[in-house]
Amino acid sequence: MATTKPRTGWAHQIAETPLSRVRFARSGTDALIAGVAGGLGETWAVDAVLVRIAFVLLAYCGAVGVIAYIVAWSVSLDPGDRRAPKAREPVMQQSVAFGLIVLGSVIVLRSVGLWLGDQFGIPLLIASAGAAVVNMGTRSGKRLRFARMSTKGGRPALGSLLIGGLLVVGGVSWFLTKTNGSFTGLVSVLLAVAVTTGGLAIVFGPWVFRMANQLTDERRNRIRSEERADLAAHLHDSVLQTLALIQRNASSPRKMASLARRQERELRSWLYGHPSTDVGKLDAAVHEMADAVEQAHDVTVETVIVGDCELDERSRALVAACREAVSNSATHSGANEVSVYIECEPQMITAFVRDRGKGFVPETTPNGRRGIVDSIRGRMERNGGSATITSSPGEGCEVQLVMPR
Amino acid sequence: MTRVFLVDDHRLFLAGVRSELQDKVELVGEASDVDTAVQAIRATKPEVVLLDVHMPGGGGKAIIEAVNETHPDVKFLALSVSDAAEDVIALIRAGARGYVTKTIETDELVRAIERVQAGDAFFSPRLAGFVLDAFAGEIEVPSDPEVDQLTVREKEVLRLIARGYTYKEVAKRLNISVKTVETHVSAVLRKLQLSNRHQLTQWASDRRLV
Repeated sequence: MATTKPRTGWAHQIAETPLSRVRFARSGTDALIAGVAGGLGETWAVDAVLVRIAFVLLAYCGAVGVIAYIVAWSVSLDPGDRRAPKAREPVMQQSVAFGLIVLGSVIVLRSVGLWLGDQFGIPLLIASAGAAVVNMGTRSGKRLRFARMSTKGGRPALGSLLIGGLLVVGGVSWFLTKTNGSFTGLVSVLLAVAVTTGGLAIVFGPWVFRMANQLTDERRNRIRSEERADLAAHLHDSVLQTLALIQRNASSPRKMASLARRQERELRSWLYGHPSTDVGKLDAAVHEMADAVEQAHDVTVETVIVGDCELDERSRALVAACREAVSNSATHSGANEVSVYIECEPQMITAFVRDRGKGFVPETTPNGRRGIVDSIRGRMERNGGSATITSSPGEGCEVQLVMPR
Repeated sequence: MTRVFLVDDHRLFLAGVRSELQDKVELVGEASDVDTAVQAIRATKPEVVLLDVHMPGGGGKAIIEAVNETHPDVKFLALSVSDAAEDVIALIRAGARGYVTKTIETDELVRAIERVQAGDAFFSPRLAGFVLDAFAGEIEVPSDPEVDQLTVREKEVLRLIARGYTYKEVAKRLNISVKTVETHVSAVLRKLQLSNRHQLTQWASDRRLV
C-alpha cells in the first residue's frame, strides 16, 4: 500500500526511512573526490559544501572525518543507481541543523581527547564556519546574495573555496603555534601571513570582484528604472490625462484642438526644454500667459516674440495688459485664434494682440467691456505706456501696446 | 493643380496631410526617408515638395541640397513640428521657400503651396519672427548693406506677418498690392539665403544655438 506523504523535512525523512534505505547514492555530478559528500548532501537535503566542511573538520579530530568518509563510501551506491531517494533542494534550516550536529560531534570528540588542541582547532572551527556561511545554500534558488556571487562558477568555485579555507586555517594555526612556541623566526611569520593572505584572496577575491560588478550593474539598472518611472509618471499626468479629456470632449472639436495643442506645447517643453523655462524673462512670461489663456478659454494663442529682455515692473505690466487683451478677444470675439506679437527693442517694447472675430465699435462698447478696455489702457498708462485699440464690426480687433523701457 | 510630393517620417502625419490635400493638389508621391525621397523626387519631378525638417539620414536640408543639384526648379516648403529657430533658419538657408508649422489649417497650407509653386516665398508668422530676430542682431555693423540689412518696408511687412496678418491684409494695411508684398518677402528670403556665413554664425552663437 503506497502512501504519499509530503516530505516536510530532513528529520522527518530520516525517521521514516527504513534501514534498507539508509544506503545512498554517491553523486555523479557533484563530486570532488568520490561524490560521497555530494550524495549525502542530496539525500539529506543539505548543501554538499557543508558536508565537505564537516568531513574536513572531523578529519582534524583524530582522523575521524577520514574514517567516516571511507565508511560512507563503502556503504554508498553507485551514482547511476536510481533506487536512491531523489535529490531535494537544500533548505536553510536543514543546513543549520546539520552544522550544529557537526559542531556537537566536534565538541564530543574534543572531550574524549580526539583533538589537535585548541590553538589549532578553534581557528579551524571559526574558519570553517565562515566558509560555510559563504557557501550557505549554494544550490538553492533562494540564496543569500553574497553566497550567490561567491559560487557563480559552480564546482571550480567550490573547490577553490575549500582550498582557500584550508589555507586560511593553515596560515592562522601556523602563525599561532609558531609564535607561541620557542621558534619566532621572522621568515616563518611572514610566510604564515603570506599563506593566510593567499587563502583569504582565494576565498573572498571572486566574491569582492563580483560584488563590485553587481553593485555597478544594480546602480545602472536602478537609474534606468527610475528614469522610466519618471517618464511613465509624467506621461500619465500629462498625455494620458489629456487623451482621456479629449475622449470625453469628442463632441466639441474646438475644445479638443485646444487640449491637444496645450498638451503638445507642454510635452515639447518637457522633452526639449523650452525657453519659457527661463524664468525672469519676458519670453517666458508671455508663453506662460498664452498657456493660461488657452486653458481658460479654449482658443489658440499664437505667439511670436522677437528679441527678449529681463522682466521688470514695466514689462510685467505689459504682459498683464496683454493677458487682458487676449482674454478679451477670447471671450468676446468668437474667433478660434488670437495672435500675439511682441517685439523688444532697446527703447521700447511693442505688443500686438489681434483676432479676426466679429469686432466692435470702440466708442460704443457696453459698460462691461469698457471696463476691460480701461483696465488694459489704465494699466499701460500708469506705467508710462500707451494702448491703442483698433476695431470695427466684422473686421476683428487689434490692441497695440507700447511700453518705453 | 499643383504637383506635390510629401516627405515626412511620421506615417500618421503623412496620412493626415494626404487626406487633407487630396482634392486640392495633385499628390505625385511620398517618402519617409532621405534617400528614397531624393530618388522619388528626381523621378516624379513635382513642382512643390512638402518637407519635414527632422528626418532620419540628414534631415530636410540633405534632401534640398541633393535635389537642387539635379533639379533646381523643384521648390520646397518646410512643414515642421519643430519650433526651434536654428532648424528653421537652416532649412531656409538651404533653399526652402517657406516654413509653416504643422498646426496650420488646410486652406492656409494650400495657399502656401500655391505661393511657393509660383516662385514666391511663404512666411508664417513664426518664420517672420525668426527672420526679424535673425536680422535684428546684425543692424549695428552691416558689412554689405545691400545684402545684410532689411529695408524699412521689408521690416514693416515682416512685422505685420508676424502679427498674424495675411498677405492680403498686409497689402491693404500698407496700401500696396499683394504682388508688392510678395516681392518684399521674396527679397527678404533672398537676403537670408545670401547673408554671409560669418554673421549667421554670430547670430546663432549670440542666441546660444551653436
